[in-house]
Amino acid sequence: MAYPNTPAPRLTDGAGSTLPLLAYLAIATVLMVGDLRGGFAAQARQKISVLAEPVWWLAASPNRVFDAAREQLSTRASLQAENEQLRRELQVNASRLHRLLAVNEENQRLRELLGGTRGYRLNARLAGIIDVDLDPSRQRIVLDAGSAQGVQLGQALIDAGGVLGQVIEVTPRHSTALLLTDTEHAIPVQVARSGLRAIAYGTGRTDRLRLPSIPQSGDIQVGDRLVTSGIGGRFPAGFPVGVVESLQPDETQLFVVAEARPAARLDRGVEVLLVSNAIDGLDDGPPLPEPPQPQAEEADDAATPPEPSQ
Amino acid sequence: MNRGPSGWLLYGGLFCGLLAMVAPLPAGFDLARPYLLAMLLCYWLLEAPDRVGLGTAFLAGLAADLVSGTLLGEQALRLVILAFLVQRFRPRLRFFPLWQQALAVFALLLNDRLIDQAIHATAGDGLLPWASWLSPLVGFALWPWLFLLLDGLRLRSRERGT
Repeated sequence: MAYPNTPAPRLTDGAGSTLPLLAYLAIATVLMVGDLRGGFAAQARQKISVLAEPVWWLAASPNRVFDAAREQLSTRASLQAENEQLRRELQVNASRLHRLLAVNEENQRLRELLGGTRGYRLNARLAGIIDVDLDPSRQRIVLDAGSAQGVQLGQALIDAGGVLGQVIEVTPRHSTALLLTDTEHAIPVQVARSGLRAIAYGTGRTDRLRLPSIPQSGDIQVGDRLVTSGIGGRFPAGFPVGVVESLQPDETQLFVVAEARPAARLDRGVEVLLVSNAIDGLDDGPPLPEPPQPQAEEADDAATPPEPSQ
Repeated sequence: MNRGPSGWLLYGGLFCGLLAMVAPLPAGFDLARPYLLAMLLCYWLLEAPDRVGLGTAFLAGLAADLVSGTLLGEQALRLVILAFLVQRFRPRLRFFPLWQQALAVFALLLNDRLIDQAIHATAGDGLLPWASWLSPLVGFALWPWLFLLLDGLRLRSRERGT
C-alpha cells in the first residue's frame, strides 16, 4: 500500500459537512448584520479590538525601525539645515498667529455683540498615525492615541492642509478614524466665498469629494474653497475641506453636482491634530455642549458691551 | 511517524498571514495585496486536514476582521466558504501538478473576491476598486513559491521531529 498511514476516506467528507458549513455561514451572517446595524456585534467588536493592537504594532514596526535608523544616521549638516528651516517657518507662523489672535479676539467681541452662541474654544491634541493598511475598500486610519489619552468618539481630525476625517472607534490605546473620502462619510461644508452651504460626500477615491444637490442658482464656481460650516456640531467651523474642481448638472438637470479635491493630505501623513469644541473655562467638557449654557455664561461677560451699541 | 505539522509552523504562519494583511505597502499596491491568509489556509487544508477545518477558517477570519477592520464576520464567511470548497475538492487538488493547483487556487481566490464584492454591495458600499481584482492574480503567481516554501519547512520540521 502506498499510504499506510492515510486514514480511510470518510464517507461524511463530502455530503455530511454541509451542516457545519451552514452553521458557520449563519453565525457569520448574524455577526455581519449585527456589526453593520451597530448592534451587539459592533459593541463586542469595540471590546475585543484591543486584541488587534499587538498585530498593528508588529506590522508597523519595520517602518518604525527604518525611521529610527534614518534619524540616527542623518548627518549633523542636514539636521542643522532642517533646524534652520524649521526656525524660519516657526517665526513666520508665530507672526501669523499673533495676527490671528487679534482677529480672533475681535471676532469674539463681535460675536458677543450679536449674542452669538459659538463661544467655544478649540481643544486640540496631536496624535500619530500608525502605519498599517486597513481594508483598502474602506478609508480608515489607525491613530496611536485612545481613550487613555482622552480621545473621544466623533472628534474631528485635521492636518496642515485641512480636515481629514473623524474618530469612529476608540479603544484604550488606539483609535480608528474614518477619512473624509470614505463612501460612508459626509461633512457639512460652506463655500468660503459666497457662504453657500452644501454637504460633501466621500467617493472612495482619495482625491475626490462629491457635493450633490446644489441648486442651479447656487453661487459656486470652479476654484472655490470649501470650509466646514460647523452645522451639526461635529466639525468645528472654518477649517478648509477642499477646492471645487468641476461642476456639472445632475441627471434631472435641476441641480448641480460639484466635485472637489480634499485639502488635507489624505494619502499618507505622519501626524494629525484631534480637535473638538469645548466650552470656555472647562477643559474636559462634553464635545457637544447644549447651546444655552455658553449663552448664559457669555451673557454675564458681555453684559456691558452690548449696551452702547443699542 | 508524526504526519501533522508543528503547531508553530501552522499557527505562526497564519499569524504572519494576519500581519501581511495590514503591513504598510506603497499607496496603490495595497489594493492588489495577495490574500495570503486564504492561501495559507488553503495549503494547510490540503496537507493537514485533521488539524485544520471549517472552525479554524472561521476563527482565522474573525481575527482577520478584527485586525483589518472589515465587518465582523465578513472574512470569516469568505474563508469558511473557501475552506469548504477546498475540503470538497481536496482529493483532486492534492494530486494536481503545481501549475494546475495554482490555477485552482486562482479560481478559489477569484470566487472569494466575488463573494467579497457581493457582501460589499449588500452592505451598501458599491463596487470594489478595480485594482483589487488584481489580488487573485498576484496570489496565482505566488502560490507555487508559497507551496514549495511551506512544503520545505514542513518536511524539515518533520525530519527534526522523528
